[in-house]
Amino acid sequence: MSIEVRDISKTFGSFVALDTVTLDFPTGQLVALLGPSGCGKTTLLRIIAGLEYATSGSVILDGEDASDTHVRERQVGFVFQHYALFRHMTVFDNVAFGLRVKPRGQRLREKEIRRQVKELLELVQLDWLADRYPSQLSGGQRQRIALARALAVRPRVLLLDEPFGALDAKVRKELRRWLRRLHDELHITSLFVTHDQDEAVELADRLVLMNRGKVEQVGSVAEVYAKPATPFVYSFLGAVNKFSGHVQGEELRVGDSILPIPAGVAATSGRDVVAFARPHELEILVNANGGPVGVPATVSRILDVGAVARVELSSLVPQGYVNGQGTAKGGEQFFEVELSTQKLSELNLAAGQPVRLVSSRLQVFEQEAQK
Amino acid sequence: MAVVAHAAPFARAQRFEASPAASDPPLVKWVIIGISLTFFALFLLLPLLAVFVEAFKKGWEAYLRAVVEPDTLSSIRLTLLAAAVAVPLNVIFGIAAAWAVAKHDFRGKQFLITLIDLPFSVSPVIAGLIYVLVFGAQGWLGPWLLEHDIKVVFAVPGIILATIFVTVPFVARELIPLMQAQGRDEEEAALVLGASGFRMFRDVTLPNIKWGLLYGVILCNARAMGEFGAVSVVSGHIRGQTNTMPLHVEILYNEYQFAAAFAVASLLALLALVTLVLKTFVEWRAGIQAQEPEAP
Repeated sequence: MSIEVRDISKTFGSFVALDTVTLDFPTGQLVALLGPSGCGKTTLLRIIAGLEYATSGSVILDGEDASDTHVRERQVGFVFQHYALFRHMTVFDNVAFGLRVKPRGQRLREKEIRRQVKELLELVQLDWLADRYPSQLSGGQRQRIALARALAVRPRVLLLDEPFGALDAKVRKELRRWLRRLHDELHITSLFVTHDQDEAVELADRLVLMNRGKVEQVGSVAEVYAKPATPFVYSFLGAVNKFSGHVQGEELRVGDSILPIPAGVAATSGRDVVAFARPHELEILVNANGGPVGVPATVSRILDVGAVARVELSSLVPQGYVNGQGTAKGGEQFFEVELSTQKLSELNLAAGQPVRLVSSRLQVFEQEAQK
Repeated sequence: MAVVAHAAPFARAQRFEASPAASDPPLVKWVIIGISLTFFALFLLLPLLAVFVEAFKKGWEAYLRAVVEPDTLSSIRLTLLAAAVAVPLNVIFGIAAAWAVAKHDFRGKQFLITLIDLPFSVSPVIAGLIYVLVFGAQGWLGPWLLEHDIKVVFAVPGIILATIFVTVPFVARELIPLMQAQGRDEEEAALVLGASGFRMFRDVTLPNIKWGLLYGVILCNARAMGEFGAVSVVSGHIRGQTNTMPLHVEILYNEYQFAAAFAVASLLALLALVTLVLKTFVEWRAGIQAQEPEAP
């Protein structure tokens, strides 16, 4: 079933949680609502479920305006961050709850309910826990039971609010894979909220990036990565190095130094811009022979673990180029470079060594685009 | 006050004791225990014993005679009636107020919480006087009530009203922290799964608060039956009509019928003992519920 939200706004007092959000969620896909905490993603999810009312705008489920439909008639499955299992009921009764509370006319016979619950518990591979109470389960098990309970009523859409937020890293990874497989089996339109970009990338067909109550970008994982629409999207999707400067021809002037703009990067000459590069897109020049090419920086730490080594650097930014992100108060800016261990040994770096940084790839945003 | 809060500290004390670094020297421990036990024995246990000793001083038959005396029976009936009306009303009010405070945000919430506590902070005598001022013959509604031949003060309705007033906080106070701690998640889950408001309340909310509720009811009942001050003001002390058990005890005592006074008092003391046993049981149960091992 498809979900559409049209011009949804939500305010809490003077705080704007959602600002005219319009989105389309096509049938059968697994979509991630991704953004930092407080960006309004959970509020949007709860509005779609009917647990919260929008100040204005409408929710359209399957082509029908469901804005005024009560939550119990929306036929959505909702999985809560902290599971919200009924603590005084066994696992079996938890899963059966949705089937048992149906009005008499629609309710299945108890025998059929039992069969279906058993099936669901098998689906989440926890049929052996049927007689336990939620407090006797591990976090991962609880979340799977919460999912089985949500699926029991055959929801038209599945909404998951930070489904793995309360789990430890290892269980989280397992559950992600498991949920993806489950989705591929069931093909139920699913929406999940997360602030973890790895989780979003690994699980979702499409990403919706949100910030401060607004949608920043919508697209497939590859699209969003390849063409981030805003500096926010770029910096939210991974570690970044940031350069503020002025475009002059084929070069970016950062303070007194010059950063060559790689071929294929669109930048209009004469504009003030911020340019971003991922850690693996930066290169360290050891022998810069005093020229202005490359941004000067000092090696502060070398982390040589695994196949990819990381080098942390800092530089003093001249006054006037100090701004926002990645820049410390005293005008110090930090960089992060990823390179192969082989390359690292060739460079033969030491902490405290002055080097210059150039970039093989830059993502340039004009200053106006940045908030 | 919260029932769950009572249960947890014991476990912590035990852990504290087990650690040689944290425990007090045995002498200190036993002196402290000795002082408190002596104090309680002297000031609490002894009077309680005295009540029963005095009650049975003239023998079992005198005791029985004092209890089945018509005025006494009438006072027992009235006390039971007042409790039977006040306790259910408090349960309804308590759940409603706790629900309003714990699960909703609204203007004046803090005011409501303060208001719930009012009967705790105000002297019961004043509570009684308020009703006399409002419903009494010279009170605000007095003339109107007189016209319609409704008696509130110096009659059973007044006693019930006063009882309700002094017992208002018990259930609500017990439930508010409990429901606040539990949050709204489970109720929301029930709604999303299609449960009606009533199903949600019966199958999800009520089981989660049942021990706290029961605890509140027990305390509320004990207070309803034992209340003296507020009831004394609105009662008028009409024998056989508007005397509750505590009032009856006083009258008998003032008339130098000591054995009878202590006999009725022993009934109240018995009620207190039953209340304590029930309370301990509920605390123990609620403690089990609260301490259910959290799996990692």
